[in-house]
Amino acid sequence: MKAAIEFRKVWYWYEDSIPALRDVNFAVEEGDWVAIVGQNGSGKTTLAKHCNGLLKPKRGRVLIYGEDTNERRVEELARTVGYVFQNPDHQIFCPTTLEEVSFGLRNLGFSREEIEGRAWEALRAFGLEGYASKPPAILGYGLRRKVAVAAVYAMRPRIMILDEPDLGLDWGATKRLLENLNRLHEEGHTIVLITHNMKIAAGFSQKVLVLHDGEVLTYGPTRGVFKEIELLEEAALSPPQITRLSRRMIPCGMRGDSLTVEEFCEEYSRLVVRAKRASSLPR
Amino acid sequence: MDDIVVVEELHFAYPPLMSGEEPVPVLKGINLRVRRGECLAIMGPTGAGKTTLCLALNGIVPHLTGGTFEGSVTVAGMNTRNHGPGEMSRIVGIVFQNPESQLFNMTVEDEVAFGPEGLGLPRNELRERVDWALRAVGIEHLRRRSPLQLSGGQKQRVALASILAIRPQVLVLDEPTAELDPLGRDEFFAALRELRAEAETTVIMVEQDGERVAEFADRVVVLVDGKVKLEGTPKELFSQVELVQEMGLDIPQVSELAHKLNQQWGTNFTFLTEEEALCKLSQLLEG
Repeated sequence: MKAAIEFRKVWYWYEDSIPALRDVNFAVEEGDWVAIVGQNGSGKTTLAKHCNGLLKPKRGRVLIYGEDTNERRVEELARTVGYVFQNPDHQIFCPTTLEEVSFGLRNLGFSREEIEGRAWEALRAFGLEGYASKPPAILGYGLRRKVAVAAVYAMRPRIMILDEPDLGLDWGATKRLLENLNRLHEEGHTIVLITHNMKIAAGFSQKVLVLHDGEVLTYGPTRGVFKEIELLEEAALSPPQITRLSRRMIPCGMRGDSLTVEEFCEEYSRLVVRAKRASSLPR
Repeated sequence: MDDIVVVEELHFAYPPLMSGEEPVPVLKGINLRVRRGECLAIMGPTGAGKTTLCLALNGIVPHLTGGTFEGSVTVAGMNTRNHGPGEMSRIVGIVFQNPESQLFNMTVEDEVAFGPEGLGLPRNELRERVDWALRAVGIEHLRRRSPLQLSGGQKQRVALASILAIRPQVLVLDEPTAELDPLGRDEFFAALRELRAEAETTVIMVEQDGERVAEFADRVVVLVDGKVKLEGTPKELFSQVELVQEMGLDIPQVSELAHKLNQQWGTNFTFLTEEEALCKLSQLLEG
């Protein structure tokens, strides 16, 4: 089975400057949800842009389902790889929200009915039905962001790359976005999500890739990555509060690797029962 | 109790975007009081009116925005109807989300000196203020650098220092770390922590991050659709987990944990911080 995305010894530099990516090697299997984390300037966006051919490696290769991105035009890759820019205004240009969300679908050769159906489905998924006839350009930032995501979501690409999609969204909107992505993920789509939000990385992704100064510091299953404390410190990153708490409770018998509140609660409750302390709980 | 900010029945609508359209109401009857020295957090979903409320505190709303303004905003006894942003900015300093729109001088030092220079202070006092502000946010080593070449976190600290140098009585922070990476956020809040430990500045912070609110705020006000929907201490707020989550707000994970444990065991936990949770939960296991 070919990997959905594969980076082989990829180096990249912008005109005459220090390399933005140094010897990047990793593979994303179909159906994975990978979070890419790292400080600003670590190379996250540069890496993301290699996934749909917007950037081509200076050295090394990027393969999408085995095909070298060097040999494909961006428009061809766009059928397989959907890309949501960090700045929605870099992506939005149609006179109405409905047209914006339908645009990509037109280029994929769907029938008129299918385009309409999918576009409205995407609008509904993001709560944008009321804005269908409005120009996206006049909507507030959070809404423009949702339009940008909806436009890519409508195409249901096999691989979806999102560059900090939670930026400018409040937590409620972020959760709804993640629920929509989760649905896509459950249907077998591959998700690569760049984020600064460790709660999102911990709670939703199966694998985490930590970038630091253009290098992959580590890449692997989420639980394992959040245990690598020194490494995270090197990248000036910190696991979510619940993970930190569970680590500090290792002396009490916790495993120390809770990724979500639910996990912590379950594990803690089992410990309480085992310690037969249930009767001494303060009520 | 000394209320340094008094907002009464504030209604505000921006002028319409296109002529012939209706004005856009954003604030729909805000009543708010902030005590001197307090740190008040303003939470709320996007579009609730949080930034507009900040702009109303220093007179940008309505003097520079136009629009229809009813009610009153008074800061340190100055009513914003009678005092424009120029005067108000001596007592209210705002740090916005986007660092670049706030910085425009050649060096960090110039940037920080800019505000107090406008106050006509004697040279040596000016120098003292600049030094103090740079020290307060931990960027003395950057004083000769060009602000635009700095990292996001550094830029925001420069913006903060340049506001602090004016020594406003009220510091307003409008999601100052929203565009920063984790390191930038940590640096900014470390500077704020130092500041709170040192000075008695009243702080009003618009903040989406529940953990930061739990750490810094004495009181929280939740704005939804132009109105104050909820107010209380962080403890009071974050123990109403379901209500607050329904409003789309971010609560500290430990507060969520307390709620889940309570649902399961019928207990009465409320956790605001990691320390609290660690203490109570480990005590329980060790008996």
